[in-house]
Amino acid sequence: MQKTQHFKPVQFIIEVGILVVIFTLVQYLISAGLLNQYYQINLASICINIILAVSLNLINGFTGQLSLGHAGFMAVGAYASVIMTTYMELPFIVGIIAACLAAALAGFIIGVPTLRLRGDYLAIATLGFGEIIRVVLQNIDYVNGPAGIMGISKLSTWPWLFGSVVITILVIVNLVNSSYGRAIISVREDEVAAELMGVNTTKYKVLAFVVGAMFAGLAGALYAHYFYIIKPETFNFMKSFDILVMVVLGGLGSTTGAIIAAIFITVLTAALQSFPAIRMILYAVILVTVMIYRPQGLMGNRELGRRTFGRLWGDKK
Amino acid sequence: MSVMIIEHLHKSFGGLSAVLDFNAYLEEQELIGLIGPNGAGKTTVFNLITGVYKPDEGTIRFAGQNITGLPPYEICSRGIARTFQNIRLFKDLTVLDNVRIALHKDVQYPLLSAVFRSPGFFKGEADIRKEADEFLEIFNLADKRDEIASNLPYGEQRRLEIARALATHPRLLILDEPAAGMNPQETAELMELIRSIRQQFNLTILLIEHDMSLVMGVCERIYVLDYGQIIAEGSPEEIRNNKRVIEAYLGEEVS
Repeated sequence: MQKTQHFKPVQFIIEVGILVVIFTLVQYLISAGLLNQYYQINLASICINIILAVSLNLINGFTGQLSLGHAGFMAVGAYASVIMTTYMELPFIVGIIAACLAAALAGFIIGVPTLRLRGDYLAIATLGFGEIIRVVLQNIDYVNGPAGIMGISKLSTWPWLFGSVVITILVIVNLVNSSYGRAIISVREDEVAAELMGVNTTKYKVLAFVVGAMFAGLAGALYAHYFYIIKPETFNFMKSFDILVMVVLGGLGSTTGAIIAAIFITVLTAALQSFPAIRMILYAVILVTVMIYRPQGLMGNRELGRRTFGRLWGDKK
Repeated sequence: MSVMIIEHLHKSFGGLSAVLDFNAYLEEQELIGLIGPNGAGKTTVFNLITGVYKPDEGTIRFAGQNITGLPPYEICSRGIARTFQNIRLFKDLTVLDNVRIALHKDVQYPLLSAVFRSPGFFKGEADIRKEADEFLEIFNLADKRDEIASNLPYGEQRRLEIARALATHPRLLILDEPAAGMNPQETAELMELIRSIRQQFNLTILLIEHDMSLVMGVCERIYVLDYGQIIAEGSPEEIRNNKRVIEAYLGEEVS
């Protein structure tokens, strides 16, 4: 699955270069006014959904723990960041850090008791916890209960969005492609065998859950500061379900798959907005078709990356 | 000196006593067989030693420490590794990754070093790779390192399981029917392998096996288990002629 890693300076410079080019190009398009509001909103949604899908894929795809509470962690992050920026008028970076920490803490508190459960039982428990977070928020007057918080400043600019996506992918890919990542994957493969080979499976399940929740919190903070308004209803079960659809569609255990699926679903949802009557039907038909013809998801558990491109370029290594 | 001492071990499932007052000791670098008819409780004993089940009563002491009731990963880190009766490889992962996962417990770099790709990470990964390759070399699996484990032929999967167990750096290696499903030729090779790894890694080996040629061929001492109790103990020669053992396997003589 993975080769031994050496630091390759040339490759590193090329990759950084590609990122810089993408970043500058979009930044230029935005500041020159060539990208209208509609495309900008979709671009932000794509970024947020990539973060959500890649982080849920760490839990569902690599660790093999079916979690249905991702929107709950997103809510924790969104509210924590808004309390920092809108209520306390602290800089956005403080809001982002608070969002990550609060969501990671929530992930830890929820993960420790529920990760003893397996399969369907874990799915139900995380679903329940996700809903608890939402209902608790609905009943806290400090954050305006069901009405939610309005008038949040729009701080999620392109540099923040792009930077967050890059950091999320980098951290999760680096984590997965390490000895710790192999321990996480061994939990998915065979929990009993992993435990007997010296892997503290509970520890790695909780680790994956906390890291996944942390990035969901980051996505929540970006979301809140892009769309001006947050209310508990936004982070309901359907939101968790949307993220799960991206992960399954992309292929459980494939980060590139999660990215592709996040882009695909966001664009699809946006494109279908012109057909309100049949939107959900078309959406469902596409999902069903993909699942019938590619039940393992678009990418299976493979990655699209250096090695694939390397082969295209005739690099035999 | 005894590396492991098991005293009064007892385990029951509902009303059924699977293991009843099991007592045994394993000497340093000994090769011990545990045999008995089907359903005698042999695998249960292995599961109790490795922490998969918690014993109802009794103590297991390993290297002078009480390890009774510890979680499996903790027991593994104290130096007990095992293979399984029905192969339990990480079957969708490569041969190399199977061994590298077993090496994880001794990983030399911290989590953050992996996330930030510090020099320590690259060095640690290179060391892991080197050691994994050494194990694969010993087991003749080096040129299959990038194959998916489930695509290996049966005999190689068995060998990979032993390689993976050894990669956890055990002092005691527990083999649950290592020769199951092997032909006589493969069994003979396995016997050679078991002898040589014991030498090379200074191991104590405890094995369950139904293939008597293997048990009698390599084991220095044998315990015979029937209905959860030890009915005989001794050298292969003694076991072969033990009346209770013959009765347990073949039934009593009608006189």
